[in-house]
Amino acid sequence: MLKQKYDVIVIGSGPAGLAAAVEAKKTGAEDVLIIERDRELGGILLQCIHNGFGVELLKEDLPGPAYAQRYIEEVHESGVETLLDAMVLDISPSRHIYAISEWSGFAELDARAIVLAMDCRERTRAQIRLRGSRPAGVYTAGTAQRFTNIEGSLPGERIVILGSGDIGMIMARRLTFEGAKVERVLEIMPFLTGLTRNYVQCLLDFDIPLQLRHTVARIIGNRRVEAVEAVQVDEKWQPVEGTREIIPCDTLLLSVGLIPENELSKKAGVLLDPVTNGPFVDQGMQTNVPGIFAAGNVVHVYDLVDWVTEAGFVAGRAAAKYAIAQRKRVARQVKLQAGANVRYVVPHVMDKEALAESDQKLQMRVVSPIEGKVWVQVTDGENQIVRKGQRYARPGEMVTVKIPQKAYDEVQKTDRLTVNVVAR
Amino acid sequence: MAEEVTKIICITCPMGCSLEVTHDGDTVTKVDGASCKKGAEYALAELTDPRRMVTSTVKVAGGLHPLIPVYTAAPIPKPRIFDLLASLRQVELQAPVKVGQVVLASVVGTDVDVLASRDLPAV
Amino acid sequence: MSGKKYDVVIIGAGVVGCMVARFLSRYKLDILLIEKEADVCMGTTASNTAIIHAGYDPVPGSLKAVMNVAGNRMWDTLAGDLDIPFERSGDYVVAIGEEELPALDVLWERGMKNGVTGMIMLSGDEVRRREPYINPKVSGALWASTGGIADPFAATVAAAENAVMNGVTVMLETAFEDFVMEGNRIVGVKTNQGVFHCRWAVNSAGLYSDEVMHKAGVRPEFKITPRRGEYYVFDRADIATNQVLFPVPTPVSKGVLVTTTTHGNTIIGPNAQEIEDKEDRSVTQAGLDEIWAGATKLVPKLDLRYAIAVFAGLRAGGNAPCETPGVDYNKDYVIEIPHNVRGFVNLGGIESPGLVASPAIAQRVIDMLRDAGEKLEEKPGWDPVRPARPRFRDLAPEEQKILIQNDPRYGRIVCRCETVTEGEIVAEIHAPIPARTYDALKRRTWLGTGRCQGGFDTPRVVEILARELGVSPLDITKKGPGSKFLARPTKDVEA
Repeated sequence: MLKQKYDVIVIGSGPAGLAAAVEAKKTGAEDVLIIERDRELGGILLQCIHNGFGVELLKEDLPGPAYAQRYIEEVHESGVETLLDAMVLDISPSRHIYAISEWSGFAELDARAIVLAMDCRERTRAQIRLRGSRPAGVYTAGTAQRFTNIEGSLPGERIVILGSGDIGMIMARRLTFEGAKVERVLEIMPFLTGLTRNYVQCLLDFDIPLQLRHTVARIIGNRRVEAVEAVQVDEKWQPVEGTREIIPCDTLLLSVGLIPENELSKKAGVLLDPVTNGPFVDQGMQTNVPGIFAAGNVVHVYDLVDWVTEAGFVAGRAAAKYAIAQRKRVARQVKLQAGANVRYVVPHVMDKEALAESDQKLQMRVVSPIEGKVWVQVTDGENQIVRKGQRYARPGEMVTVKIPQKAYDEVQKTDRLTVNVVAR
Repeated sequence: MAEEVTKIICITCPMGCSLEVTHDGDTVTKVDGASCKKGAEYALAELTDPRRMVTSTVKVAGGLHPLIPVYTAAPIPKPRIFDLLASLRQVELQAPVKVGQVVLASVVGTDVDVLASRDLPAV
Repeated sequence: MSGKKYDVVIIGAGVVGCMVARFLSRYKLDILLIEKEADVCMGTTASNTAIIHAGYDPVPGSLKAVMNVAGNRMWDTLAGDLDIPFERSGDYVVAIGEEELPALDVLWERGMKNGVTGMIMLSGDEVRRREPYINPKVSGALWASTGGIADPFAATVAAAENAVMNGVTVMLETAFEDFVMEGNRIVGVKTNQGVFHCRWAVNSAGLYSDEVMHKAGVRPEFKITPRRGEYYVFDRADIATNQVLFPVPTPVSKGVLVTTTTHGNTIIGPNAQEIEDKEDRSVTQAGLDEIWAGATKLVPKLDLRYAIAVFAGLRAGGNAPCETPGVDYNKDYVIEIPHNVRGFVNLGGIESPGLVASPAIAQRVIDMLRDAGEKLEEKPGWDPVRPARPRFRDLAPEEQKILIQNDPRYGRIVCRCETVTEGEIVAEIHAPIPARTYDALKRRTWLGTGRCQGGFDTPRVVEILARELGVSPLDITKKGPGSKFLARPTKDVEA
């Protein structure tokens, strides 16, 4: 059963979200919930089946799913709750979350602290202004990876890859392993944009040609990709005459960059850095909105997942501390209620600790006039805390009463004080 | 026996030094371009017995997904990669599978096992 | 199906063919609507500016002008009956610089001659007040309050569904090949799915309307020249001009617009380039540069960083001379029952203003059939209303809750960027005009059109389509035969 309110709600269960949830629990948050849009925990790690994860943090060289599994086990062991196959539709700055899922329907939740861990989306063909037709067979590398590794279907047999980022190179090897032919990798920059070790183990190992300073001028094919037109470019990314080449293929993979996915963050009032496209954060990964934290690729694009996990720890710890402080603050509050013949009392709540510093003055208006001596009385329901005499009480004149510092001990014992104005 | 120079990129650390390896067949006489001594070790290994970690997937019946990711517990000889992949294609596991479960033991004439990369529950 | 006898066979299920089907479905006629693609609305209707024109632009006396203005008046009722997103927001023809002002007067005169009501001339100041992003050098504008925007996919699907509800048969992936003639009378239509006998054949084949009419021996000189127009689509979060902004037109086209769509995206385009290939909808560097230049002349602050998609459409440009005496115009619509062939309703070259004109063209078809002696008895129980289907993202939270309670599949988001749920997708797959391809779902629900352009939803949509259609995910296509997403199971490799 979902609760109404959680200490920490984490959105996303990739390495950042898992780490944040686990660390929040360790730091003392009482209830922690992960909301994940896929059917299982693990985020993008589940489809990153290659190794290279955990070398720094765990001193092991693990494939992505195995790395995820370590933290997933900690999530379950530590009592973190999970809501799977659920999409967060909206977050307000006051940390109210709207989420929907097939199984729980429409959920409205409150969080004392939120950790945003929604990772990135991939740059699309439109964003790089790829010309030509719009057939089937054009994929971003991540989507192709999802189909190949999780759904169990190969996107195509003859592949051209645009972009020498790590995802593209990893997929070059992956698809080669599953019997497809990777014809070419094209990179518009004059240098490799991914790791050298991937260039060796994914391209060189399998004689897959890499052409730097090259791009796709246009896509050819009405229904399904039939070829791409590759071209060399100069420093201004303009095509160099005489270098156009038609490369027959049935699939074009785009590995042209990641953009932090912050639409939800914006709804919550989080300010984004236009350079990173991720939230402005402090050393605890808190955004400009109090109680909303962010970790992982949603903040900026990382190179090693180990550092994403570390960022998740930082955010989870800070989020838990924030939530705990919130609880304490509210626990320290006593409600001030309008009682007999009182229309309202201001302030509405009082931090009990305030009495340690000074007397606290309450202001109010009465409902009906009493032309005669009155008591203005503050009570906790059983005992009188303080009483003040007046000669009359009229709605047109504000009435006040002071809670003296010496009432400190009595006030600690209650969560509610009522103010009455009655005839003497 | 003639001396030749082979160019390789070292992948021991992210630096990716470009090495020029002078060798006579399998006998390495000189390694240029390495920033540390691991470069020479890598060059020798790469020339005589190149090995790679291999990750892939195998079919699963009755699980949440039709495939489960797997990995070699240690690097295997590079020339045998495609033999290993062919063997893996013949495998069909039955869900549930546990992370670390041996999927294929002692593959391609080595003592390296292929293990499951994750738990996969049955549905 | 082959060998069955129909009263009417309609060739081509773009917005014109579907409107004809819908309006004709009112009468006691057996009607078959055939379409060569895997879905309705995949020709010209799929890619255009989606404007409901006011009617000041077409040459006075032309069929385009008559159909435009007549059709324009029908859209409120039509949109209400068929649940088509439609906004009669008015459109602006904007003059930049003093030298463009006289052109507005020309349009005004034309509008008056065409019977357009509600036109007002605005000063530059007034335009600036209404559209803050307009080029500061604006000198004035013609505001046509009867202009508007609509969703052409929704219009086509809705008309087709209403036709099916009222007894019309729709056959997709059924391509016209030839007519069966007895003397000079059409008695049947030959397709790749067999022969269908009919008393009337309606040519609404758009880009291919010339080839169809030639098979009947009609107008051998009529030729469709595809005119390609390219567009940029912008993210809703960026500049949303709330208005439909036209430039002063050129002889070739209405010019590059900056307009909003019923989905709230700003789009710019189109250019107009004559090409040969009736299937070439590629976007080109030159074309996109041209529309960028045109659009930034109207709205200088447009930022290409916020462009999330590009597309191109093909106008079915004909060469028929206008039949009104004294009107010198040779790109008019063909809307006729020809003298030399019996049993043929010929609609040729329906390009812009085809969307706004479509209901009027349908009504004209009915009038022509009646004039030709067709009895047209009303069908009792004809229902002009196509019931609305819920769009999750347009509902208030309370309504969303109820929707999910009644069908939990409305609680599973498939397209995150555009908030499209599995419930809606399943409903479209099983609708009277079923969506069986990714693009068909995209046109109906707007999934895949947001920031990530299908990156997240494609695997989910493929899974749902495969499940609902009872086929393998390997069989799912983007837009019909020849456009499969996937090649084979990952592990199946030839030895």
